[in-house]
Amino acid sequence: MNVIELKDIVKSYAMGDSTVMALNHLTVSFEKGKFTSIVGPSGSGKSTLMNVLGCLDRPTSGQYILEGKDIAQYSDDELAHTRNARIGFVFQSFNLLSKLTAVENVALPLVYAGVGLKERTERAEQALKDVGLGARLYHKPNEMSGGQRQRVAIARALINDPAIIMADEPTGNLDTKSTLEIIDIFEKLNKMGKTVIMVTHEPELADMTQRIITIRDGQLIKDERRD
Amino acid sequence: MLRECIKMAFEGMLSNKLRTFLTMLGIIIGVGAVIAMVSLGLGMQEKVKENISSMGSNLLIVMSGGRTANGQRIASGSGAHLTYDDAKAIEKNVDGIKYVSPGVQTSYQLVAGNQNWNSSVQGMTPNIIDIRNYTIAEGRMYTEKEMTSRDRVCVIGQTVAENLFPEGSPVGKTMRINKAPFRVIGVLNSKGQSSMGQDQDDIVFVPLTTAMQRLMGLTYIRNITIQCENEKLIDQVQSDVVALLRQRHKIKTGDDDDFSVRNLAEIIKTAQETTGSITLLLAIVAAISLLVGGIGIMNIMLVSVTERTREIGIRKALGATYHDILLQFLVESMVIGVTGGTTGMILGTIVSVIAAKVIGWPVVVSILATIISVLFSVGIGLFFGLYPAKKAALLDPIEALRYE
Ligand SMILES: Nc1ncnc2c1ncn2[C@@H]1O[C@H](COP(=O)(O)OP(=O)(O)OP(=O)(O)O)[C@@H](O)[C@H]1O
Ligand SMILES: [Mg+2]
Repeated sequence: MNVIELKDIVKSYAMGDSTVMALNHLTVSFEKGKFTSIVGPSGSGKSTLMNVLGCLDRPTSGQYILEGKDIAQYSDDELAHTRNARIGFVFQSFNLLSKLTAVENVALPLVYAGVGLKERTERAEQALKDVGLGARLYHKPNEMSGGQRQRVAIARALINDPAIIMADEPTGNLDTKSTLEIIDIFEKLNKMGKTVIMVTHEPELADMTQRIITIRDGQLIKDERRD
Repeated sequence: MLRECIKMAFEGMLSNKLRTFLTMLGIIIGVGAVIAMVSLGLGMQEKVKENISSMGSNLLIVMSGGRTANGQRIASGSGAHLTYDDAKAIEKNVDGIKYVSPGVQTSYQLVAGNQNWNSSVQGMTPNIIDIRNYTIAEGRMYTEKEMTSRDRVCVIGQTVAENLFPEGSPVGKTMRINKAPFRVIGVLNSKGQSSMGQDQDDIVFVPLTTAMQRLMGLTYIRNITIQCENEKLIDQVQSDVVALLRQRHKIKTGDDDDFSVRNLAEIIKTAQETTGSITLLLAIVAAISLLVGGIGIMNIMLVSVTERTREIGIRKALGATYHDILLQFLVESMVIGVTGGTTGMILGTIVSVIAAKVIGWPVVVSILATIISVLFSVGIGLFFGLYPAKKAALLDPIEALRYE
């Protein structure tokens, strides 16, 4: 069963007289519970694809069906709600709020889901413990290492129990040790049944996933499945 | 959600204390100024009312010379004048009168020993001190008898006493009014400044007839002050006086009066209109500073939105809707508005109480002005916060996240 179906997706940017086709009639689907990696050279459109998949951006044309529903019909508020409840997004640059503690950062999606303070804090503490940060609950991001920050970001992505985890080069800013810890967490999540889609530049990491999609110039050029 | 927003707003304010303070300063000064100005204006109005009624209530003033329809006085040199007999006739024939006090007044050079001074010399009947609420500090007031016999005696105010007789009591001493010698028989208690800023102690009373005949060489009087028994009688007394004087002056029906009657209620009304418009003017100036304060809030909120573009992007990526972001920034600008407004209200009240005490006006704290200006500062927070908040809420998540 496909959680995500992209049909003939185009994302173009007008740059003066010319247009850049960041996604060029891309058709691809993702099955539920799979750990997929997306690879490709720089500028090939990976981040653009992730942003569309993560409901952060709307495609210029084409059809995006998420869990059976056509996203194109969604209002901005419905998209916000989808990001909040169905998708956990992990960024390369963590994107934590520097003034908030780890717990507050992790609890943020629950604020917008309308969960009360007490429950929010309990769930955020649990999520941080799950990613091995039980000792750093009330630290601010700038008091943590890159690997720890990314684990906070993952805990935040998981807090609202989304079906799909999306990560755009989650280990791009991390050393080998932290990278392996992060991948380990993704593998565990995948074993728990979550759909994971990850962009990466590192072939070794892609090798650890169940499916490798290669993109170039906004087009799918290779789709490799392994079990 | 609202609780989070308020918490976030306070945290944001505390994280940049100086900037928050400077932003608030505009509102603090604005609200403070409105409250201080309005309450000072009201205090002034109150003081004017007090002063005018301290001149004596229920007063009518009859003056030589008529008034045209639009209130202008016709030159009083037309020959028709009020006389002392007019005053006596009014006292005798009109009911409901407590006092009738005819008067003449001119400024004269006063000399005593080697001191000299310039002051208003008023020829009055002895009852003037009751009518104008003066009291005698030392000595006595002149009598009816001294008036009939045109004695050269006078009663002086504190300012005159201090300037002409710097040492020792003036009572019993002689001073020259326009070179003619007068004996000082009494000194008045101080009454301070009038609402018009006049020194009410810079005054010399002499018997009316003495003033007319020995000082000014007049056969007529300038004005007659009438005090009615009570306020309700004023209109009745006024029309009786007019009828009587028309008859005595032989004015034909249809012709204009050759005198004019004004009542104090009218004067109070005019004075209050004047002070009222001064208050309004002050309030408007203060309100403009409140507006400027509001623009300050908008400015800082716009800076804040730009600075926090990335934060907005993150919040939106995590599921914040348009309304969530709008609420967050609106609450922030309103917290600035309310905090500034409350501080301004407290400061404004303190300032107006102190200022009123210093100037000597009654302290009037206008509850209405307080409520309005605090509500207004909330409104200003809302109004000037709305545009920046909308700008924030409309940001595209991807573009906001890319913002460096
Ligand atoms: N906002 C934008 N305006 C104009 N062009 C854009 C914009 N965003 C992306 N692009 C273009 O779209 C193409 C795809 O960009 P994208 O960021 O998706 O690449 P990427 O595969 O993620 O690269 P990298 O591996 O370096 O992250 C690039 O040519 C880029 O210049
Ligand atoms: Mg990228």
